[in-house]
Parts: sequence; structure tokens; C-alpha cells
Amino acid sequence: MNNGIPIEYFLVTATLMFFAGVYGFITRKNLITMLMSVELMLNSVNINFVVFNRYLFPGQLEGHFFSLFVIAVAASEAAVAIAIIINIYRNFQSIDVEKTDEMKF
Amino acid sequence: MTSFSFTVLIVLIPLFVFLFVGLLGHKMKPIVSGIIGTSGLAIAAILSYFTAYQYFFNTEKIGGAYQKILAFNTVWLQFTDKLHIDMGVLIDPISVMMLIVITTVSLMVHIYSIGYMKGEKGFARFFAFLSLFSFSMLGLVLATNIFQMYIFWELVGVSSFLLIGFYYTKPSAVSASKKAFIVTRFADLGFLIGILILSFNTGTFDFISLTNVNGAAIATGSGIAFLGLSTMTWSLILVFMGGAGKSAMFPLHIWLPDAMEGPTPVSALIHAATMVVAGVYLVARLFPVYAISAPDGLMVVAYVGSFSSLFAAVIACTQYDIKRVLAYSTMSQIGYMMVALGVSGYGGHEGLGYMASMFHLFTHAMFKALLFLGAGAIIHSVHTNLMTEMGGLRKHLPITHITFLIACLTIAGVPFLSAFFSKDEILTAAYHSNKLIFVVQLFVAGLTAFYMFRLYFRIFWNKDTHYHHTPHEAPLTMTFPLIFLAIASIFSGYIPFSEFVSSDSLPFETEIEWWPIAIPSIIVGLLGISLAYILYKKESTLPHRIASSVKFFYTSAFNKFYFDEIYMFVTKKIIFNYISRPVAWFDRHIVDGFMNSLAWITNVTSVKIKGFQSGQLQQYAFVFISGAILLGILFIYLFSI
Repeated sequence: MNNGIPIEYFLVTATLMFFAGVYGFITRKNLITMLMSVELMLNSVNINFVVFNRYLFPGQLEGHFFSLFVIAVAASEAAVAIAIIINIYRNFQSIDVEKTDEMKF
Repeated sequence: MTSFSFTVLIVLIPLFVFLFVGLLGHKMKPIVSGIIGTSGLAIAAILSYFTAYQYFFNTEKIGGAYQKILAFNTVWLQFTDKLHIDMGVLIDPISVMMLIVITTVSLMVHIYSIGYMKGEKGFARFFAFLSLFSFSMLGLVLATNIFQMYIFWELVGVSSFLLIGFYYTKPSAVSASKKAFIVTRFADLGFLIGILILSFNTGTFDFISLTNVNGAAIATGSGIAFLGLSTMTWSLILVFMGGAGKSAMFPLHIWLPDAMEGPTPVSALIHAATMVVAGVYLVARLFPVYAISAPDGLMVVAYVGSFSSLFAAVIACTQYDIKRVLAYSTMSQIGYMMVALGVSGYGGHEGLGYMASMFHLFTHAMFKALLFLGAGAIIHSVHTNLMTEMGGLRKHLPITHITFLIACLTIAGVPFLSAFFSKDEILTAAYHSNKLIFVVQLFVAGLTAFYMFRLYFRIFWNKDTHYHHTPHEAPLTMTFPLIFLAIASIFSGYIPFSEFVSSDSLPFETEIEWWPIAIPSIIVGLLGISLAYILYKKESTLPHRIASSVKFFYTSAFNKFYFDEIYMFVTKKIIFNYISRPVAWFDRHIVDGFMNSLAWITNVTSVKIKGFQSGQLQQYAFVFISGAILLGILFIYLFSI
């Protein structure tokens, strides 16, 4: 089952993607960008699922299905998140995350 | 055997009237609630008379003795198989007698109150409370066991509290009601402890098995001794403490004079005729136990009664408030009843004192209710309680005058009026048992005649006082009870009481012992009356001069021998300062302080750390992710070892 590309390559790519997502989530102030960072993290996880399935249990399909689920959930999540962001914009006239700080002490 | 199960209605009717008038009274016209209350009591009275007739004349006697009949009984509270508290109706000579006394006086007071309380605020409330009181008092006398009695005992205490404080806008009435409640409640603490010791020793609450002279209950508990008296004696003395509190015996008498702040019909019903004799009734109820297993307890009863009667009679001679004079007179007369119980033996002629006590209770209820209702009629027409502001009222209030005179003659022990017979029996019993008490009681009889006629002459003769409004005779609703009770005061002495009530329920014969009992008592009574006649018939300075010649004694009697002050000193200066204040300090500073410091620490900490909740989403995410990473590193480190 070796098709030439070692598993580490995939894993490193996925890790880089994940931490790129984390970094973006923490540093970006625009809510949409933060949403995109979340998508990035989700997709890195998807890669992990597919890769582990392919390399460790080639005869089975759970990993593939999980990534399909994650894609479906991510799509709906994006819809909900954008709806929330629109509402935040209506309230604050901005989608800057630092301005939405009403839920404090 | 006649069934007596209907007697439970006598108790329940006033309860229903109380609930009905109490809940709906404000929606009715005042007079309607008065009529409902009065007719409820009238039905109860008719049933009581019927009960008495059935019991004394139509019920089979066993061995010539009246039987104790358990007319109704139900387990009210079951703790274990053996320990349960019952509610029921016990019919025996004294409870039937008390039924008559209570329903008669209560009915008269109800009728009287329709006139007396007319136009008062809270008319319906007054009648509701009167019904509550009647219910509790009837439940008390019909109690089948000592615990039921205790429950109703507290209920009469509550009704007394409510009625003394009826004019709740008046501070003096409020404090008087609190005083009455607290003092009697304090005494009831002794009563409760007494009940517990008694029942622990005898294993029963039930009166029938407690007072069965051949039963097991009476024989127990006399063995173990504490401070020279048996446990039984101690428990009975404690029970008597409850009785003394209710019956205003020395030194728990201080609430009774203040209780006169209540409306006068209430004083007549509760603080003269019925509730205050509950203590006497309690001792009478447990009399076989006292007489057989605790004669020392009876000695205490006798001496406390004797001292109280003397003490109260002396104070009564100096008071100016007519209701207070009557209150002290009540205390003195109850002392008589206690003396009679205390000097009595058990069975046959030995039990003369017991019968005399019940007899005096009966006659006293009639004439003292009459005196109070008369006083109420006087106060109603002249709007003052002080006899110094009265005088010459005989012209204005003819009916009240005649009935009041009858009551005064009765209480003074003038021959062939009711109290002559009952007082004579008491003196006879005392004479055959304890000469010292006999002499004291004889002297008190003279004092009684003196202070009652002092009252009478000051009110109805003496100077012709000028009144703002010309006093007018009370309406028929008020004079009818006066006339009825006057007739009862005259003739109730002719009831052959020893035929009905005796310590062992066996009828016995009594006769008047003219010498050395009846004649001295008549002479002493007449002396008292004549002295009062000389001093108070006409306005004179003589009483004043006599008072100033024994100034020290007079002022201390006038100030009730400073007992209120002593109580105040003990409670305020000693108990408040040396016990309550330190305890309160401990509570405020140590207990509360601990709790407060807990709250303070929480508060300070939360102020310090509240900045963590900044509302900045990314800050949270950063902390969360750092935590996750740290945990990840930690787990990798742990599992790689």
C-alpha cells in the first residue's frame, strides 16, 4: 500500500494547517476571518481522518465518512455563524471581535 | 346506659362558629355575627344542661358512684403502639359541672357583649375570639388525657392573649397581653415537664387510668427520691406550677391585674369565671394522684393558695381601679379553692375540701362574672375605671346597683347566699386539717367583705359626683345577664353539691357546722362590711388618715408589694444584662462575624479576579488553547515515561 508519499508529509501539512487556523483565530479581529480560520482547523482534521484511514485501515471507510460528516457540519456551521455575524453587525455596526465585549463582569 | 356521643358537639359548635364568624365576619353586619356567636353558645349550653341531666339523673351508677364515661375517643397522633395522643370527651362529675359553668357564663357574656361592644371596631372579631375561647375551654375540661388538656390549655392561653390585646392600638393592652402570655407560657413550661415526668413514670397520659385509685399508675414513681421528695411529687408540683400560672397564684400572679386591659366581658368570662380556674380544675382532675401518691404536693397547693389569697386580699383593699380590685379578689378566691383542694383528703367525708373547692368554683363563677359584668355596666355608663371618679351611682343605675349589691353580699359570705355555703365548706375542711390555714382564710374572709364593700360604697354611695353625661342604665342585653347571674348567685348555694361531686364520686352528706366555723365567718364578714360602711358610706377623710398612719405598709400594698418591679429587676437588670446581652454579643460578633468574614473574603477575592472575565473572545480562546497544549504536553510527558 505504499504509493510513494510517506504519512509524515500529510501529517506535517495537516499540523501546519491546524496551527495556522489557531493562529488566525487568536490574532485576527475580523469575525469572518476567524470563521475562515475555524474552517482551516476543521479541514486539517479532515486530512488527518482520511490519511489515517488510508494508511492504517485501508479496507475500511469510517475515516472517510467522518470527514464527510465534518464537511457537512462545517457547512451548516458556516451558515449559522454567518447569520450570527450579521446580527452582530446589526447590533454593533461592526464585525470587529474586540468591540463585542458586552458579556464581561 | 345513655350514649353521650353527642357531647362532642358541645365542643365543636363553638369551633365552627369561630371559623365561620372569623372568616366571614367582616362581610356580615356586626349584629349578625353577634347573634350567630350567641346562638351557637346557646345550643352548646342547652346540650350541656341536657348532658348534666342525663349524667346525674339518668345514668346507671355502679356501687352508688358516678362513673367516668369516655363519650368519644380517637387517636390523634400515633407515635408507637404504646405512645399515642388521643382526642376525646370524658364525662365525669367535675367535667359536667364545668360544662355548666362555662356554657352558662359564656352565654351570659355573649349576650352582654352584644350590648357592651355595640359600635366597637372589630365586633365580629371579638365574637370570633369569644367562640375560640369557649371552644378551647370546653375542650380543656372535657379532655380525656393530660396531653389533650395541655393542648387546649395553650389554646385558652392564646385566646386570652388575643382578647386581652383586643384593643391592639393601645400600647398598655398590647403589653398586658404579652405579659399574660409570657408569664403563663413560662408556667406551662413547668406543666409540660411535669406531664413528661408523670407520664414517664406511670406510662400513661390517660386520666381514667391515671386517677384509678386501685390502678398501677398511682403506685409507681413514689420510690425514687430527689431532694427529699419522690419523683411523683416533683412531677405533680411541676404540674401545679402550670396550674398556678393559669390561676394567677403567687408568685405567678402578676399578669392577672394587667389582663384587665381587655374588654370587661372578657375579664368576666376568662379572667374571673373560667380560664383562671383551669388551674384548680387541673389539680382537681389529678386529685386522686395528688392525694394518694403526693400528699406533699397537696401541702404546696394549700400553702400557695392560702398565701395568694391573703396577699391578693391585702392588695385589693388599696386599689382604686375597680377592675383591678375585682382581679385581686378573683386571685384571692381562687386561692380559697386551692386551699380547699390542698387540705382535702381522699374519699368520703375526708374529701370535703375537694367538693368544697368545686362548689366554690361554681358559685364563684356566677358571682364573680356578675361583679365583672356589673363593673362593665358601670364603666360603660361613666367611662372611667377609677372609683375615685365615681360615687352616688345608685340613683342612676338601679338594676346594676341591686345586682352588684347581691354579688357583694354573696362574696362577703352573708348567710344563705351561695358563697356562704361554699366558703363555709372550705373553712370546715381547713379547720379539720390545718388550723393555721383556717385562721388565715377566716381573716381573708373578713378582708374580702371589707374590700368588696369599700368598692360598693365608693361606687354607689359616698359623694355625689358630677358627671359630664348623666349616667344611664345599660340596655336590656346587658341587664338581662346581670339579673340572671344575680339569681344564680343567690340560689346556686342550694344545690346539694356533695350529692354530685366528691373526690371518690360517691355522694355524701354535708351540714353546716355553726360553731366554730359558720358563726365566726359570719361575724368576720359583718365586721368587714361595717368597717367599710363606716369608712366609705359618706365621704370622709378617715380612710386617708388610716392609710397615712400605716404609710409604709399602705404604699407597699398599693404598689402590689413591688412585685412587678421585682420581676422587672430580675428580668431586665439581671437576666438581660448578665445572660441575654453576652449571648447576644456572642451571636452578633462570633457567629455572625464568622459568617460575615466568609462573605467578605469571597467578595474581595471576586473583585480581584473579576478581570479574567474580560468579554474578549480571543483572550478566552488563547487561554483555552494554551491550556489544551499544556495538558497535551503533560500527558505526552507522563505517558512517555
